[in-house]
Amino acid sequence: MYALPPAPPPPPRRQMLIGTAIASVGVCTLIGGMLAVYIRLRESVRDAGESWVPEGVTIPEVPSNVMLISFFVLVLFAQWAVYATRRGDRVHIGLSLGLVGIVGLAIINAQAYVYNQLALPAADSTYATMFYAVTGTMTALVIIGLVFTAITAFRLLGGRESDKEIVAAHALYWYVLAAVFSALWLIVYVSK
Amino acid sequence: MSTLDPTLESPVVRETTSIGLGQSVATAGVLTTSDHKTIGKVLVGGSLLGLLAVAVVGVILGVERVDGDATLLDADDHSQLFAAFRVGLVEAAVVPLLLGVSVFVVPLQLGARSLAFPRLAAAGWWSWLAGVGLLVISLAFNGGPLGGDATMVELYLGANILVLGGLTAVATTLATTVLTTRAPGMRLHRAPLFSWAALVGSIAIVAVLPVAIGSHILQFVDYRYGGAAFGGSSGIWPWTSYLYTGPVLGITAVFAAGFVADIVAVTFRKRFPHRAVALIGLGLIGTAAFAGIGQQDVITLPGTGSEVRLENFATKAGFLAVWGMFTRLPVLGVAIVMGISALVAKPAKAAASTPRPNLNAPFVFGFFGLGLAVVGMLGAAAIGIEDLGLQGTVFEEGAAMATIYGSVLAGLGAATYWFAKASGRKLPELQVGGLATLGALGGALASVPYLIAGFLDQPAASASWANDGPGELLNALVVAGHAAVGLTVLAFAGLVAKSWRSGTDAGDDPWSGQTLEWATMSPAPADNFSTTPTVMSPEPLLDLKAKPSFDDGSGPS
Repeated sequence: MYALPPAPPPPPRRQMLIGTAIASVGVCTLIGGMLAVYIRLRESVRDAGESWVPEGVTIPEVPSNVMLISFFVLVLFAQWAVYATRRGDRVHIGLSLGLVGIVGLAIINAQAYVYNQLALPAADSTYATMFYAVTGTMTALVIIGLVFTAITAFRLLGGRESDKEIVAAHALYWYVLAAVFSALWLIVYVSK
Repeated sequence: MSTLDPTLESPVVRETTSIGLGQSVATAGVLTTSDHKTIGKVLVGGSLLGLLAVAVVGVILGVERVDGDATLLDADDHSQLFAAFRVGLVEAAVVPLLLGVSVFVVPLQLGARSLAFPRLAAAGWWSWLAGVGLLVISLAFNGGPLGGDATMVELYLGANILVLGGLTAVATTLATTVLTTRAPGMRLHRAPLFSWAALVGSIAIVAVLPVAIGSHILQFVDYRYGGAAFGGSSGIWPWTSYLYTGPVLGITAVFAAGFVADIVAVTFRKRFPHRAVALIGLGLIGTAAFAGIGQQDVITLPGTGSEVRLENFATKAGFLAVWGMFTRLPVLGVAIVMGISALVAKPAKAAASTPRPNLNAPFVFGFFGLGLAVVGMLGAAAIGIEDLGLQGTVFEEGAAMATIYGSVLAGLGAATYWFAKASGRKLPELQVGGLATLGALGGALASVPYLIAGFLDQPAASASWANDGPGELLNALVVAGHAAVGLTVLAFAGLVAKSWRSGTDAGDDPWSGQTLEWATMSPAPADNFSTTPTVMSPEPLLDLKAKPSFDDGSGPS
């Protein structure tokens, strides 16, 4: 065996942040691909002279707009957590991550409210299945984000206050979700 | 924050490794491992089984098509088997094979002790395994595309999501590893070419597979609730076939080209020149991912139809640009890598200064494999040219087979090359060289006759066709090709099993390698390197060999 000159251990290279960035590429293409299929099916239905959204169905616009606003508020709180971690401010870390969790739950609640108000059986139409599939996948991504928030909070509040990278990665994930939801909001809730 | 697996460095692991425990404990170790070498090995092993199974299905499909009468299977069974064959080739064979080899070797090449997120990679492997198992069950019980059993069709769609999710997880860890765990001094442009290719290929996979996951989720929900948006089970194949055919398969050629670039330098005992250009070339192959992101199985270049005039010039140029970008850029990338590899092989003007090449079995595998993959990629580009009239013919299958089997051959070459690091043994050169030749012959026979039959208008994915001209001979050759590939895989697996137990001792550096994996012992220990190596060039081991004072005296045995 050849002996190589010894070297100090490699410094951390932002594994969590880069890993999250790469996974975020997958999140973008996942929702992007689904929206592309949604648009294609919508156009084919409209080209056939039919209505894409079934007659009598009204999409509740207020909760969907609230969801969009909530995402932007949420990323502000996530960025606040990054700022607080840099300053080593334990109280603000807990507060900001707690707020991220609460707003995340509020987004899920708003989505559930939309489903409830819509009162549209999934088997009712192509629109219904596409709507539930796309928004359901988005909700699953939000739940993953909440798990990420919980893990980040446990790590930091458990004593790893110097672990700034996971907070930055956590914020990045929510930024990506906010961008992805913006596209979804425009296509599914606005232009329908 | 470090995400390296601390258990790999624990004294307990070292102790149990050294004293050896019972078989059950060893099995439990494999089942619960997050060691990249074990994950890589089980992925490669699983993919070889998958490859063998799909080669057998390929033979059955080929026999059914030989005379154009479709006497063995009814049309639905044939279509289902055809879909199973193509899905299996990609999801159960070529992608896990290439990812498995990469997971095994990339941390070693980078001088790292572990993968980034090793537990995610382990979760990916288990997800893949469970998904493939469920896929087989669903297909066996009338599920899958054109399936008649609703529950099994749903299971097929769900299993696909599991498989694709698992492969995406493995690719995510691989890409993060290359970006974050390189040895000190190993800047990204100094990373071994195979590791760079693994980075490009992994990012391409992370970009493409979630799109397919999205397609399957939409289809699952639609099918589950009785929707007809995708045409029920008969719509599964048309809506997802882009993942199993066409330009997107070029992603697998990234790994093949990276391996060839690595092995050619070792074979001809030179440093790989123009590395920056080669890195760009490998990156260009990765542009094949755009076809997958766009969910396109064919990038069509509209026919001549109307002559080119000033008013339609922009439209025509646009079609040409899109077709060229999605189908020709990957080919250009391979051409760049092959061109520089040819420079490596070129003898120097002063014959005495040319080192004697060390032609070896992995090189033969890689050389034939990449050549075949290029044929397939050129075929995928040709399908798009409307005037050739190849769409809807078996030409598409021939092109896909060439790309997939070519990449598989390169993957087998890589497995041969790095076998020493897995087992401490060496595969017998002569037999493996023979298998490489047989595999190349099989791959060519399984693909080229269909490329010809496509011009004779034999329809795609159908066992019935007008039997006139040389069609029967061409189809018989395809059967022989699939059989030869199956035989190659079977014999390769047999050689691996035999050599693992009683092969010749490989030593630490059996190929006179240039990169870091050859600087550690064979088989590689639990934490790969006792000290973190320092890197000053793209060929750190070559640097070391040029300075005998750094040799600890033991040298490669």
